[in-house]
Amino acid sequence: MNWSEFFAMNGYAFYVWGSYGVAVLVFAIEIALVRNRRKQTLRSLRLMRDEMGESA
Amino acid sequence: MAINWFKYAAPTTFYGLAGKMIPFFAWPAAILFVIGLYIGFFVAPTDAVQSEAYRIIFLHVPASILSMFVYLIMAGYAALGLIFNTRLSSMMAQALAPTGALFAFISLWSGALWGKPMWGAWWVWDARLTSELILLFLYLGYIALHASIEDPRRADRASALLAIVGSVNVPIIYFSVKWWNTLHQGATIKMSGTSMQIAMQQAMFAVLAACWLYVIAITLARVRSIILEREANTQWVNDLPEVKQTNGRLS
Repeated sequence: MNWSEFFAMNGYAFYVWGSYGVAVLVFAIEIALVRNRRKQTLRSLRLMRDEMGESA
Repeated sequence: MAINWFKYAAPTTFYGLAGKMIPFFAWPAAILFVIGLYIGFFVAPTDAVQSEAYRIIFLHVPASILSMFVYLIMAGYAALGLIFNTRLSSMMAQALAPTGALFAFISLWSGALWGKPMWGAWWVWDARLTSELILLFLYLGYIALHASIEDPRRADRASALLAIVGSVNVPIIYFSVKWWNTLHQGATIKMSGTSMQIAMQQAMFAVLAACWLYVIAITLARVRSIILEREANTQWVNDLPEVKQTNGRLS
């Protein structure tokens, strides 16, 4: 198995790895965004809860 | 013992259940994706006509299938929310939209990168490609419409109408290759099976299964945040361990 030959994809490297690379990137970004959204939501909930706690 | 079918239809119970289920979808998705890519790149033979470029099929076809199915499921949830006024249904529709849009984008992107070497063009106004582009715009329109309306319940209703009307586009995409003389080839996977070589089939179905599991996992994760955001000032949310946990201060 010759790796450089493999990655060359018989000359179609740009198209094959351009497709898969962007897809993996898109999935990674989506996962990161969803995780970050949870963190932000929990943080704002805690802030609201603390404010409610102090005012009560 | 009467089964309460609607026990998990309430955001409160669904929030906990979804949280527990995510890993059971996420990890198999990652494993199947790796297996599918391994078979697709190391086991599946070179194509006689397209040599190595055809390997884009293991991404392009699953992404396209998912972009269509996720839209139908999204429209289904939106319709449920509209008809029965069930908040969780509308939240599920809202949670599915971004992932569906991403799959539509990947379908168009991988299609363009496959079309360039094979057809000599990144884009042609072909029936299949154009209707898939419309699908992407429908997703983005759904997301934008929902985001533009302040009151979540009204946003659900308005965007549900758009989703339902837009679902007529999905059969058009699917049958476009049969109805019109399109540059895009016909269906690779038919109900009668597929003419693909066995290893190619295995790779395709492994990636397809991985994408399905991925959609479920990411949607469950996103809908949990939507539930929290929408039920922010409720007692059950404030009693959640992850909310009660102080952010570092001893109080």
